[in-house]
Amino acid sequence: MYSKKVKLRFVFIVVFLTLIVLTTFIVLKVLKDNVVYFKSPSEINLQSEISEKKIRVGGMVKKDSVIMNNNKINFIITDFKNELYVTFSGTVPNLFEEEKGVVAEGFLNDKKFLVADKILAKHDENYMPPEVKKSLGD
Amino acid sequence: MIISQLGHYSLIFGLLTSILIFFNSSIQIKKNDAIISDKTTGLIGFQFFFVFISFISLIYSFLISDFSNETVYNNSHTTKPLFYKITGTWGNHEGSLLLWLLVLTGVLLGFIFKSKNEPKKYRLLTTIFHQIIVIGFFVFVLKTSNPFNEIFPVQTEGLGLNPILQDPALGIHPPILYLGYVGTSIIFSAALASMMSNYVNKIWAKNIKFWILFSWIFLTGGILLGSIWAYYELGWGGFWFWDPVENVSLMPWLSLTALLHCIVTLEKRELLKKWTIVLCIITFALSMVGTFLVRSGILNSVHTFANDPSRGIYILTFLLVLILLSFVIFIIFENKSFTQKSEIFIFSKETAVLINNWFILYFLSVVLIGTIYPIFLDVILDEQISVGPPFYNKLILPFLVPFVIFMSIGPSMKWIKTNFRIGIKSLLVIIFTLILSFITVYYIGEKNILILLLFIGFIYLLLKSLDQLRQKTKNFAQIFSHIGFSLLLISILLNSFLSKEIIKNIQVGESFFLKNEKIIFKKIAIEKEKNYESIIGFFEILDEKNKTINLQPEIRIYNEPDMATSEASIKTSLFKDRFITINIIKDQNFFNVRYQHKPFMIWVWISTLIIMLGGLFAIFRKNKEVNI
Repeated sequence: MYSKKVKLRFVFIVVFLTLIVLTTFIVLKVLKDNVVYFKSPSEINLQSEISEKKIRVGGMVKKDSVIMNNNKINFIITDFKNELYVTFSGTVPNLFEEEKGVVAEGFLNDKKFLVADKILAKHDENYMPPEVKKSLGD
Repeated sequence: MIISQLGHYSLIFGLLTSILIFFNSSIQIKKNDAIISDKTTGLIGFQFFFVFISFISLIYSFLISDFSNETVYNNSHTTKPLFYKITGTWGNHEGSLLLWLLVLTGVLLGFIFKSKNEPKKYRLLTTIFHQIIVIGFFVFVLKTSNPFNEIFPVQTEGLGLNPILQDPALGIHPPILYLGYVGTSIIFSAALASMMSNYVNKIWAKNIKFWILFSWIFLTGGILLGSIWAYYELGWGGFWFWDPVENVSLMPWLSLTALLHCIVTLEKRELLKKWTIVLCIITFALSMVGTFLVRSGILNSVHTFANDPSRGIYILTFLLVLILLSFVIFIIFENKSFTQKSEIFIFSKETAVLINNWFILYFLSVVLIGTIYPIFLDVILDEQISVGPPFYNKLILPFLVPFVIFMSIGPSMKWIKTNFRIGIKSLLVIIFTLILSFITVYYIGEKNILILLLFIGFIYLLLKSLDQLRQKTKNFAQIFSHIGFSLLLISILLNSFLSKEIIKNIQVGESFFLKNEKIIFKKIAIEKEKNYESIIGFFEILDEKNKTINLQPEIRIYNEPDMATSEASIKTSLFKDRFITINIIKDQNFFNVRYQHKPFMIWVWISTLIIMLGGLFAIFRKNKEVNI
């Protein structure tokens, strides 16, 4: 028979390992449910079905597309191949401007229409979020 | 021009001194002298002096707007106010690394002065390990990020500093944060040295505790300043966004906090030796990971000054070398230096510290995974994702409940063995906690069991810590930090549930309501400053008692570089901040106005200061003991 101490240690190790496995599992599960994918209008256009999850869309704000009223700002995001209508009620970042890069976060109504709850700022004039740069093909 | 040259050569001299110190110390280890020679101390002083000269030359170049210097040209402008010319020195990649180097050499000098009564071998080994880091950063600065590069032909005007960095809080945020961040380097060097010189014991713990506290206090302060800045400058009224750049400062903070609790156990009981050393290494590695992520341009943020892959690769390689080195040393000296005599009983302070460490490590892993996973996915699968607050809330909030409960009980446990008895007083505390929690949850109107549990936990911690103030032997450091921490959590929770906001696009003269408050957009005015033009919106708020509050948010349009920022206008009171920002979109007639109620904001800042105060108490107390 093993001594009491060895037994205790064995139990401890088993409990510890189970805890680690369990934690990893939970963390990964929560991670999977809570990530926000980044897409360009063209990628959305190619999708066979629209997902119910939150997404980020990046591209250029189309020229002359911004329409404002008291509660909403509507505009079009384009990657010069496909376009996406965005409706948004919230604060716009300082550098939100027509013909400038933009990232909108929200839910898709259909392939052409995004209800955004956040518009992301880019931090300076020379700088464009890498995602936007990429989706515009540099 | 000549000053810039001086700075450059001074840096090279600094690197040469490094090599001298390295060999000088290696030779001395073999000698039998009782103390380290003045030569070594002198060299370390000189090294700091050289970097200091370098740093001053860079500040000077910024002050006189010396546009023959590439760094100055890229980040400064003659019309910039004096204060931002100075802070602009570290508001860029090259300058901030020079600051890093300054702190790195400075802490070694500080260590050498403070460790006079410690074993010679340990001090020399610490110096050697530290020089490895120093050399690594010297080479990094000189090769990839030299702040003294010249440009030809000499330009007459610079490109200017990013306007959102032109802010008082952000001016001092980098130096404070760096003292914390880079302070961990000396902990790392000392940990390796203590292992090699068989010095992982009570005395070591007592002495190294100073540096742990030092880093911890400054890191807390740096994070605080960053959050305050984000609160009023980014214009969202939030102070923590779970942005990767924030996370990389939170990770070393978490592991420093774990280490702080561990080192006390080592000091009092000579326990958890291995674990303490591992934490020392992890802490510094996390600081380096932060530097790597921020400086490589992988993360997209205001801290990412330049996109240069070679810099990232260098730091990553260097980090791996350091980790490998510490791993090898750990394996070799494992059996020699970790003789553990005492046993751990289940009901003791030691166990409480261990539980604290497990929880902190869990929080740390969550933050680490949330930060690293998107980068990993981007590199491996070329998929862009972001991990937002829901991820952290779901994984961290539920575990905060048991964490704070252990945190409440832990301090009243005794070293070695505790006998439990539940007296009437502890019952009273529990009853009070429950009553207060139910009232709070009823008040904010959330019918969620987790929220209730969180409030119970946080309020229990607060009351328990306050209760400790009645004890005969008080540990002010611990009590204050714990009170601060519980206040912080309570304020954050109340703030997130009671915040209210309304966003409208309006024109001058229009008004809108938030609950019973009327917000009237009176007029706008345009003012011209030296380096920007500002559009000021005049708002009048009529609160429920018909009292008027005036708020004047601004939009600043800077000329160099051509960029707009929003300056929030905030009216702070003890229980509520009123927060307003305005924005414009080019060629549109509307102002995009955001008005917010941010309850208990000031308590978020105050409680963090109380946490820091706890750290100061610990340093102060330690000094007193030395005097006796």
